[in-house]
Amino acid sequence: MTDRMTGERRTIEMALGTSGLDAQGQPLRAPLVVQGGSAVALETMSTDEPDMSADHMLINIGPQHPATHGVLRLVLELDGETVVRCIPHIGYLHCGFEKIGEYRQYNQIIPWTDREDYLNSPGNNVAFALGCERLFGVEITPRCTVLRVIAMELARIISHVVWLGTTSVDIGAFTPFLWLYQERENVYNLLEGWVGARLTTSMTRVGGMAADIPDGWLDGLRAFIKGFSSTLEESVRMLETNAIWAGRTVGLGAMSAEEAVNAGLSGPMLRASGVAYDVRKDFPYLDYETYDFDVPVGTAGDVYDRFLVRVEEMRQSIRILDQAVRRLPDGPVNVDDPRLILPPKHKATSEMESMIHHFKLVMEGPRPPAGECYVAVESPKGEKGYYLVSDGSAKPVRWRIRPPSFVNLSAIPKMVEGHLLSDVIAINASIDIVMGEIDR
Amino acid sequence: MTAPITSATALHADAALPATERNVPHHGGAINPSVEALKHTFGDAIVRADVMWGETTVFVHVDQLHAIVQWLHDDPSQRYDYLVDVTAVEYRDALRPIEVVWHLRALGYRRFLRLKVELPKRSTMIVPSIIDIYSGADWLERECYDMFGIKFDGHPDLRRILLWDSYKEGHPLRKNFPLRGRFSRAEQLKQALAQDPEARYSMNELTIAEAFNSLPEDMRRRLAAERAARGGEEGGE
Repeated sequence: MTDRMTGERRTIEMALGTSGLDAQGQPLRAPLVVQGGSAVALETMSTDEPDMSADHMLINIGPQHPATHGVLRLVLELDGETVVRCIPHIGYLHCGFEKIGEYRQYNQIIPWTDREDYLNSPGNNVAFALGCERLFGVEITPRCTVLRVIAMELARIISHVVWLGTTSVDIGAFTPFLWLYQERENVYNLLEGWVGARLTTSMTRVGGMAADIPDGWLDGLRAFIKGFSSTLEESVRMLETNAIWAGRTVGLGAMSAEEAVNAGLSGPMLRASGVAYDVRKDFPYLDYETYDFDVPVGTAGDVYDRFLVRVEEMRQSIRILDQAVRRLPDGPVNVDDPRLILPPKHKATSEMESMIHHFKLVMEGPRPPAGECYVAVESPKGEKGYYLVSDGSAKPVRWRIRPPSFVNLSAIPKMVEGHLLSDVIAINASIDIVMGEIDR
Repeated sequence: MTAPITSATALHADAALPATERNVPHHGGAINPSVEALKHTFGDAIVRADVMWGETTVFVHVDQLHAIVQWLHDDPSQRYDYLVDVTAVEYRDALRPIEVVWHLRALGYRRFLRLKVELPKRSTMIVPSIIDIYSGADWLERECYDMFGIKFDGHPDLRRILLWDSYKEGHPLRKNFPLRGRFSRAEQLKQALAQDPEARYSMNELTIAEAFNSLPEDMRRRLAAERAARGGEEGGE
């Protein structure tokens, strides 16, 4: 220290062209002493900065951060750049869907189901209607069954498309996002042509659908099926063997099959780990057992496998849609049950009995017998279940949503711990969370 | 630990493929074969079982719940390896007990079972946690605690999950909780504005941050108060 004060010697701090490392592994930035033209290293300056290499850092991601896909907040304990601990916080979107449902008639709950997993509104509508129909003990018509399959598979495609687009943006590829969102737009156009709404469709009713498909709608669907495959393959081709994509996804957040089952994961998250559990195959509904489709299964359970599984699911959805279009039977969409279904409008405005009937159904609502049921469907996120309990009145005693993303997200500490901070974004994206469903 | 089931079809390829259920009866119907085995193994701990809309519900005694779930998970003839849901039901009838509900699936045998424990409303409302059997029970139990106030004995981190830690109005899904909340709008607004958004770190997280001495003053005070309340067993800095 004192040498520097003496005048003849000049201390210059230099940025070395090729930075070396010292014994502690820190970059070498020792001040040099110029003596007669040759540079001599001086002893390292002692600083007042604390040695932080042993300390852990607290990093807060979210709730307002674009990479958290909504209002998720992750508190991370970092050792250098490695995540030591992850503490997730949720609930920022909680608005008490289940409580509100206890004050609504069954058909009035359907608009609420749109808003939980809003990327899968038609799927939620169908799942809730299926639960109600079990509770009411009615069987839907064959045409309605096939229409609901079409709705569910379209919803699966838009959900996976959004997932693939946003995840590629998270990881650094912007182009597939635009291509895929164009296809999403096409699906929304189809849904708009069917029920008039795009995002919040409310397309089912207890015992049927809000509307039958209009004339010529199937042509639009066929055109979509044709066009979508090429867009999908194009996007996948950009990513599947891309070195950056693979480097940022392979081996990240891996869950073994035991861990995944034990943690209650479902959907692509579970299947990427090698467990071929698909509600459509194992506990079928809507005659899914009669469709010819495969359940893709991964091996490593990492982010890359989840990507492959979701891509393959979209291809299988196209197959299912293709079969559904071919087999769509004619006939009524709604069940012939005046306890559930409103009379036609022209009758309600012209006949006294129908008007009374209409009035009572709207004001009092249909009443299921006392009982309870749990009906699960395979949503794009995983096993989505509705547990409905009725005491015989027109409003449910309990409407429980089994949210797949909620359970999938609860495993995030296990998935990110030990990985780098930048990988947290990729792993979080791979879960495919929708906070509306998690917080409800 | 038994090997994971990767495909139910692989486990019993000879069994008929499942099909969409039709005309499911309200009561009666095929009962889940696990019920017989449960009655045989646990005797009086199985209060009753019934089948509604094709799903078997087993009411069990709360003391034996953990042992029953453990047995259902481990026994090779049952292997309920998948926890679907943990929730509770409170009926509008004030005299009817609250029911805590567990939905279990045996992926290999393609079985679904609903376990229920009845808790009288004036009781302490404690049930055993099954987080040591299913790690997925973590958030589900926390949510059930948050919404109903049911305590899960043995859960390592039982705190609110959807609502915030300092939420004072109670447990929203209880039937005596009004739809618009217990407090007036003015009071709710006042409390929301009084919230310090930075104070939303849990004690766990505060201990991480303290290593840097980078905490805001109010948080450091909170930490010190919490330490003092715990008896100062960790020692100050």
